[in-house]
Amino acid sequence: MTLITTFWGTLLDILPIAAIVFGFQYLVIRKPVKRLPQVLVGFLMVWVGLSFFLVGLEQALFPMGELMATQLTNHDFLPSLTEGAQRHWSDYYWVYIFAFAIGASTTIAEPSLIAVSLKAGEISGGTIDPLMLRIAVALGMAFGITLGTWRIVMGWPLQWFVFAAYLLVIVQTLRSPRSIIPLAFDSGGVTTSTITVPIIAALGLGLATEIPGRSPVMDGFGMIALACLFPIITVMGYAQIAQWRATRTRSANDLPSCKASG
Amino acid sequence: MDLVVSLARQLKDSLRDLAPVVLVMAFFQLVVIRQPLPDSLALMDLALGLVFVVLGLTLFIKGLELGLFPLGENLARAFVKKGSITWLLVFAFALGLGSTVAEPALIAIAARAAEVVAQGGLIDNSVSAQNSFAFALRMVVAASVGLAVVIGVVRIFKGWPLHLMIIAGYVLVLLLTLLAPAEMVGIAYDSGGVTTSTITVPLVTALGVGLASSIKGRSPMLDGFGLIALASVMPIIFVLIFGIVGIHLIPGVDP
Repeated sequence: MTLITTFWGTLLDILPIAAIVFGFQYLVIRKPVKRLPQVLVGFLMVWVGLSFFLVGLEQALFPMGELMATQLTNHDFLPSLTEGAQRHWSDYYWVYIFAFAIGASTTIAEPSLIAVSLKAGEISGGTIDPLMLRIAVALGMAFGITLGTWRIVMGWPLQWFVFAAYLLVIVQTLRSPRSIIPLAFDSGGVTTSTITVPIIAALGLGLATEIPGRSPVMDGFGMIALACLFPIITVMGYAQIAQWRATRTRSANDLPSCKASG
Repeated sequence: MDLVVSLARQLKDSLRDLAPVVLVMAFFQLVVIRQPLPDSLALMDLALGLVFVVLGLTLFIKGLELGLFPLGENLARAFVKKGSITWLLVFAFALGLGSTVAEPALIAIAARAAEVVAQGGLIDNSVSAQNSFAFALRMVVAASVGLAVVIGVVRIFKGWPLHLMIIAGYVLVLLLTLLAPAEMVGIAYDSGGVTTSTITVPLVTALGVGLASSIKGRSPMLDGFGLIALASVMPIIFVLIFGIVGIHLIPGVDP
């Protein structure tokens, strides 16, 4: 049953986009699509693949993720509290560790990030390693989500965190190699789609429900925003490290040749 | 035959990509939480679900390489050859709008946002007012993504530096945040993240890279990326503006 509903749902997702693309191709460009059979097979695979992917997520990863999010934020799980004492933010340490680990690991499996990193590896001519790029994004994402859970525990305004992250992004932008900047900004937007959002939403909801004084409706928002910003910072960091290493090996190679000529 | 070999290679990559999630979940379940799974989660179902995820991811990525990527890039080249910027911009707007309007994540977040603003007293606490707010919010976000793709395509033609545009966008977000009602701020920030779906991202990326590589003097690395970045900032700006001036323009929602 869910299989059919999901196939139908994904078809409704793909159809408008396919209609726009093929409509413009035949009505405005008025040229046949190159290698039409291959493109159609590709579309079919995208449809079937995405449907299976979503059904699998619904059946395995989402229920597990949500179960664990509620279990970890439940007060039975936290260290016992002496009568009348205030809970310290560090009591939630397993939540932070889980947020970091689940944020990083789901990002590695995120299909749209795989797509962008494949393209980046292809057009950079090998200077960008797709897997390293995804690891950089995953670390940024994990940091952003962890910070988001900590913000919910502390109850501080989201704006402070977002503006601080903006400032970091701007500082990093001024110091990074220019060619990485557009890719870095793009990786911020692609990280939060299929797998990650439902699991981190469950984590935010669980925390906001469990902590006194937080409203699940108001404080549940904001995790996605932070998760989008930190990958920009880490991807630029990755480029800076790669550039630094490249110049270091170059200068190391230069030295012996200087000696030989001298 | 080639397809089978490349599918097998992709299958191996998919297994590698999903291993971390499975390991993290297994570790927390077995070492940290140490509670039996509820009856609703049978181990067989979980295993079957994982098989689906791996197979689905494999087919999806291969399908992108065969279908969506070449189609997007060839279309971009054809537009440049034809030399009709107007049609290209119409296409860009339609693609951005069309792929966002029906996005399930956006529908979900718009419904939750309507609850928040109704609780905050910004709109009337009735079902009809919430529905029209959620619909208006979706339209605002979809139109802003359409506009973002249009601006992004113009940027590729003109070679404008992306980081200046994004920083200008951040400054705008900062100023608008000070003016917007508190209930709208979190919604606005999150709406930037949910707009870019799994099918839109590869197509929009292929469009940008295709355009940048067929226009003289543009580098695909420097100019081809950036469409998604604009599509993530623009909705924040539009939703904040909508929160400041737009809400009261929807008929019949005022409390």
